[in-house]
Amino acid sequence: MKEELELQALKEEALKSIEDESADMEEVRVRFLGKKGKLTSILRNMGSLSPEERPRIGQIANEVRASIEKMIQTRNETLKAKAMELRLKAEKIDVTMPGKAPAPGHLHPLARVQREMEDIFIGMGFSIAEGPDVELDYYNFQALNIPEGHPARDTQDTFYISDKVLLRSQTSPVQVRVMEKQKPPIRIISPGRVYRSDALDATHSPLFHQMEGLVVDKGITMGDLKGMLETFAKRMFGDSTRIRFRPHHFPFTEPSAEVDVSCFVCGGCGCRVCKNEGWIEILGAGMVHPFVLSNCGIDPEEYSGFAFGMGIERVAMTRYGIDDIRLFTENDVRFLNQF
Amino acid sequence: MNLSRNWLNQFVDVRDIEDKAYCDAMTDSGSKVEGYEKLGQEISRVVVGKVLSMERHPNSDHMFTCQVQTAPDKTEQIVTGAQNVHPGDFVPAALDGAHLPGGIVIKPSKLRGVDSNGMLCSMAELNLDEHDEPGKEANGILLLDATDADIGTDIHDFLDLTDTVVEFEITSNRPDCLSVIGLARETAVTFDRPWHLPAPVVKGPAGGDPIESYLKVSIAAPDLCSRYAAKVLRNVKIGPSPRWMRRLLCASGVRPINNIVDITNYVMLEYGQPMHAFDYRQIEGKTIQVRRAHNQEAFRSLDDQDHTLDSGMLVIADAKKACALAGVMGGANSEIVADTTTVVFESACFDGISVRKTAQKNGMRTESSSRFEKGLDPENCMPALLRACELAQLLGAGEVVDGTIDVYPGKKDLYRMPFEPEKYNRFLGTDVPVENMLHTLEKLECKVEDGIITVPSFRNDLRCMNDIAEEIIRIWGYNRIESTNIRAETTQGGRTPRQQFTYDLENTLIGLGFSSIQTFTFVSPKIYDRIRLPQDSPLRRSVVISNPLGEDTSIMRTTALPSMLDVLARNSNFNNESACLFEMASVYLPGENADELPEEKTYLTVGAYGKVDFYTLKGVIEQALRANGIRNLTFETAPEHPVFHPGRSALVRSADGTALGTFGQVHPLTASNYNLSAPVFLASLDMDMLYNAAEHKRHYTPLPKYPAVTRDFSFVCDESLEVGKLEEVMARAGGKLTESVSLFDIYRGPQLGENKKSVSLRIVLRAQDHTLTVEEADKVSNKICKDMEFKLGLRIRS
Repeated sequence: MKEELELQALKEEALKSIEDESADMEEVRVRFLGKKGKLTSILRNMGSLSPEERPRIGQIANEVRASIEKMIQTRNETLKAKAMELRLKAEKIDVTMPGKAPAPGHLHPLARVQREMEDIFIGMGFSIAEGPDVELDYYNFQALNIPEGHPARDTQDTFYISDKVLLRSQTSPVQVRVMEKQKPPIRIISPGRVYRSDALDATHSPLFHQMEGLVVDKGITMGDLKGMLETFAKRMFGDSTRIRFRPHHFPFTEPSAEVDVSCFVCGGCGCRVCKNEGWIEILGAGMVHPFVLSNCGIDPEEYSGFAFGMGIERVAMTRYGIDDIRLFTENDVRFLNQF
Repeated sequence: MNLSRNWLNQFVDVRDIEDKAYCDAMTDSGSKVEGYEKLGQEISRVVVGKVLSMERHPNSDHMFTCQVQTAPDKTEQIVTGAQNVHPGDFVPAALDGAHLPGGIVIKPSKLRGVDSNGMLCSMAELNLDEHDEPGKEANGILLLDATDADIGTDIHDFLDLTDTVVEFEITSNRPDCLSVIGLARETAVTFDRPWHLPAPVVKGPAGGDPIESYLKVSIAAPDLCSRYAAKVLRNVKIGPSPRWMRRLLCASGVRPINNIVDITNYVMLEYGQPMHAFDYRQIEGKTIQVRRAHNQEAFRSLDDQDHTLDSGMLVIADAKKACALAGVMGGANSEIVADTTTVVFESACFDGISVRKTAQKNGMRTESSSRFEKGLDPENCMPALLRACELAQLLGAGEVVDGTIDVYPGKKDLYRMPFEPEKYNRFLGTDVPVENMLHTLEKLECKVEDGIITVPSFRNDLRCMNDIAEEIIRIWGYNRIESTNIRAETTQGGRTPRQQFTYDLENTLIGLGFSSIQTFTFVSPKIYDRIRLPQDSPLRRSVVISNPLGEDTSIMRTTALPSMLDVLARNSNFNNESACLFEMASVYLPGENADELPEEKTYLTVGAYGKVDFYTLKGVIEQALRANGIRNLTFETAPEHPVFHPGRSALVRSADGTALGTFGQVHPLTASNYNLSAPVFLASLDMDMLYNAAEHKRHYTPLPKYPAVTRDFSFVCDESLEVGKLEEVMARAGGKLTESVSLFDIYRGPQLGENKKSVSLRIVLRAQDHTLTVEEADKVSNKICKDMEFKLGLRIRS
């Protein structure tokens, strides 16, 4: 029975050593469990025990070894965790200090709105067509059913280069250029700069941007025009947006309409953005005039189509609440950084 | 076009419709309303009063105490300071609680101790002037031409002050709607109401000489005048027109002048047919000739402006001189004056384009010319002329001479086209019933018989299927069209590779800290001086705008660098400490002649100041291009360029040697022209070249299986020797084994000597098929040393 008591005492001695704050666990392990350790030396005396006692004492010895090992392991883990805790504490930094990554640049708000509009139409199967800023009178006016002397020429005071060459006053000439080259089905948008001789002030600019769309195919209806613009308005201004058509006149479409969208700020009850109208006029649209189709070599008896156009500045200004069109060309970085 | 609702009600009764509802419905049916104004709103509780008696005010030597009958059974005491009132006069009496223009409210008060229960009103106090009430004293109390029966009548009713004026925006295709009758027709179809247009009745015969003995009319330019009709009035008495006419003219924005002139304006507004009245005395040779003006012919218009005419203009002339600029304005020489006794009424139809050009050239766009230029209906001339004569008889302005002159060389048949109801519905995507279509067309005076539509002469805009479809749908309601999805062949949308390349490049630049800008493409010719472009530079030849807003926007730019410099300068003025910007900038290079379109090119223009230097910009360009498939760029000192610092600018070439553009620090002289004192950096890269240089396909190279060997070298060389040369020699020496060569240090120090530098380079060597042996690497090292010495005279630094 001596061995049993020795083992118990050993266990308790080990526990004390392990709990000692300053103890080195490896040293403790060697002292108790090592080849020359205390437990080993007790076990060495096992031979002197009776065959009946040997297995019992052997089992106790094994339990003592296991529990010492367990205690050392636990103690080791605690020490590791403590050390990690200390290290993490020491490594704490001030997260409120400024980040170091270089500041990215910003996409101009007009470009941002233009890309957004393009993406909506690309999703509906449109391609992007481009045409020159300096354009022939033929494409800007004549081919669009606005012959010389037509009163509609007055409403778009145009910059001329010569009698035949001008700065395009609308993006519609791109329609004609596309229709001359491409047979239906046609689905294009043509964003771009347009020029009109309006003096620069908070709401007018002699240079601004339009995006025009054109669809020509067999059996295209005015209902299709409405459907497409409704989809666009919902994607651009939010799912609850409604649109409203008002009859209008453009020489190159017939019937023609001015299109309002329900105010995306107040939802139509009236606010500052919509000037209490509940609606914001944003688009001109209509069914392509048969004269324009046949001018471009497309048979109006076989095909029909629609066209629409809108000012990108206007969309951007209402979208972002920008009240002065001159900010777009001033390019103050404090303005650009907001987008 | 300003429409008086009182006037409108003479043709179609819509009195029961509120102003707002009227305007909304008209807008929805295609006559766009800009706004409306209620007249007479500022005045209330002012009635016709009769001055029964007047006594001197006991405490004032210029005031009177009047007893004024303000209702059949009511008399008020009112004190007035006016000197033109007498017992028995009828006056506007403002009662207790009356509102007058300017926010004035009348309350009972004591004037110097005497009770006054109202106010007698002058014209000004009722917002009227001598044009509204001609012949009345402007400064005193307005004396009314009333009778006892009028006592107590509200002043609005007595003076016809109540009205609503609706302002329409009439589109250029609908000149017929620039008239009360045209808008009455639209009103009738919009509200589906009956309307009536009485045919004018001229009483007669008057006896005496017929018109032929007064006047002969000929048209020498039938291409510019499709019809000329005239009638003559004799024994004319010039005087003011009656109040009802003056009110309607004023409401329509036309100032009353005298009965004859007012009649011509009234008919123009009512029928949309501009009229003119000549003083017959001034027409020499009893002849009117419609002819082209002579070149340099002098003409004084009735607003006393002198004009010099040319043969593109049409005049109404007598035997000797031009008496009117056709369709634009009459001449001073034949104006209606106070003692005019015989008048010629002209009702004619002139060519729109000619009138438009004439009005433009002479700088006088008038009510008349703005109607003619849209193309008027010659059939309207005669009803309008008869209406003018009817009004002259009604007003007692003169006797209508028997007979009518009507020269009508341009008479046209009415336009006809098929009625195709199924086609309209198919095209619109609607199912408007045929009866509804027929009803609409009938209301619009388009007769439909046997499947043929006969278009009325005043609707030049109805010529094809679409036009009729629009008439039907605008009345049916645009907003009743159901939204549908296109049922047609699908199309493959998307951006072209070039469009995508541009956006990708923009995105990369944004990621690298640069913001996109947008600038005007038209600029001042002075920009070329500001960037110090040589006088003989081909870039100075620009596309010139013939009618610019001002010099600052008068030419199309051939380079976008000045636009960028402007923006940088502006940001610097705003005290923004740093700006890193780019623009996809269009430039316009003119062709050989003015009728040729210029070449439009896009340059990627980059500009920066603040936290940047030359190498930042170089790095940004390299990385932005590399990310978009343009690799292996080479850089060399740029040739002399007025914008750039000669020692700090580089020409960029693609791998095949094509020049892509230039970048670097801005020349200090150019920078100072923009008041930029801190270093400024610019780049200009040709987008066509960039796109062509880009490898758009991505290739896969297997990852290396064998380790690399790295060797470092330092060479001492002259300051002027470019690092690029050393790198090139080193890379070549490594041959196929060279994976990369890079600079890792430059050292300058006294022990190296003046104008010397030590350049440290690292070469990474790797073979694709085996691990390099030390011998192989040493062989390369030896070759590097040999080549450096042999080609550049450099020795390795020990």
